Amino acid sequence: MKVVIPGPLLSYTGKREVEASGATLGELLADLDRQCPGFRFRVVDEQDRLRQHIRFFVNGEQVFETSTPLRPTDAVQLVQALAGG
Amino acid sequence: MARTTKRKVSGTGAARRTARARSGRRVVVLVATRKGAWIYHSDAARKSWRADGPHFLGHIIQHLVLDPRDGRTLLAAAKTGHLGPTVFRSTDFGRNWKEAAKPPAFAKAPEAQKGRTVDHTFWLTPCHANEPDAWYAGTSPQGMFRSDDGGVTWEPLPGLNDNAQYRTYMGDEQGGTPDGPKLHSVIVDPRNPAHLYMAMSSGGVHESRDKGRTWTPIVQGMEVVESFDPTNIAFHDPHCVRLCPSNPDRLYQQNHCGIYRLDRPSTTWIRIGKSMPEKIGDIGFPMVLHPRDADTAWVFPMDGTQVWPRTSPGGIPSVYVTRNGGGGWKRLTSGLPERQAWWTVKRQAMSGDALDPVGLYFGTTSGELWASRDEGIRWTCVARGLPEIYAVEAGEVA
Repeated sequence: MKVVIPGPLLSYTGKREVEASGATLGELLADLDRQCPGFRFRVVDEQDRLRQHIRFFVNGEQVFETSTPLRPTDAVQLVQALAGG
Repeated sequence: MARTTKRKVSGTGAARRTARARSGRRVVVLVATRKGAWIYHSDAARKSWRADGPHFLGHIIQHLVLDPRDGRTLLAAAKTGHLGPTVFRSTDFGRNWKEAAKPPAFAKAPEAQKGRTVDHTFWLTPCHANEPDAWYAGTSPQGMFRSDDGGVTWEPLPGLNDNAQYRTYMGDEQGGTPDGPKLHSVIVDPRNPAHLYMAMSSGGVHESRDKGRTWTPIVQGMEVVESFDPTNIAFHDPHCVRLCPSNPDRLYQQNHCGIYRLDRPSTTWIRIGKSMPEKIGDIGFPMVLHPRDADTAWVFPMDGTQVWPRTSPGGIPSVYVTRNGGGGWKRLTSGLPERQAWWTVKRQAMSGDALDPVGLYFGTTSGELWASRDEGIRWTCVARGLPEIYAVEAGEVA
């Protein structure tokens, strides 16, 4: 499925859109980490919680758990969310 | 009373400066800031500086450290506002950086238990000279990690991180500094790689004699905030602990509640800050020690009155030096602003080099880097306009 990558993670993927697969958001992130080593830990902590300032959207709806199921036709978008200086 | 040693400084004037410049020694000052890192280069004269940076523009760099065992390898503790914490490594002095394959991270908690998460790596310490490629890291919240492959992979020290007693010393997430509770001042005894010290804000000063498997608090003599119980380890807030390179049985400490010295094998700290001028007090963050004289140390006092402004007392920045192990202190201000300079210098933001005379360096949260090439007698501004400075480390490039 298509995954849209935010600016802070372009140093890992090298491009704005990447293809990755997984039956859950967690599996998708594991696939992204295989393709782009180091990617996962920057967005998911060691307790498998999504980090506070990266938001995950599936087909435009925000999701909060790595266990969120995914279908091959889904569109996933990661968004940077941080305010202040 | 502490031993007093007279220091010898050979040569004078222009001849001495020329000799220093020709010595071939290359001095660097590594500046870690809230928005990236800079490296300042000079020669042994330390008269002019060349800026190299920014590295990691936009990244929060808590600590940038040169490996003294090879004089080339750099480790940077980094995160960004959005992304989780990591460590970067360069083996060519910052031309290329590679991210750790396994950054410091706590063990995954069992199901239904709330595990801890590393917010940022705060402190980096190269291990013993006989342990090449080994490093320690201290984190926020308090945790300690070790790498044996030059910072590529990091393993937690369960004897500390998962120790139920020590977890009570660490307190909760609100128990630390405004930027989060921190483990810092990781020190390796140059005579014995198994002998370690570390400190926690909050959580006291601790010693290990088995490479961090077990730990013992050393807080006797240290004071805590008035009306609190000094026997409660969690109330102790050491800001910066240093071990004398010239006498590894002597440690100095800048604490939330004063300046201290410890001479091993004693386990009782002596509050040497009582001899500071009363109107200045002995509150602050950093502590810098002389590389060859265990009686000489420098501090940068902060205003610790009322609401704890943590700025230079009276808006007049001053470095204070003791030349007799804390028996007395002398104010060093030549070249520094004489008024309206409300600086804050954080615990990692002051350091010294190993040259003779010793060069001293500090960075302010307002983004100024200052240097002295004569042990603090005269100060000059090296850089202005940097982001908030978190750490300043001096070293020599091989």
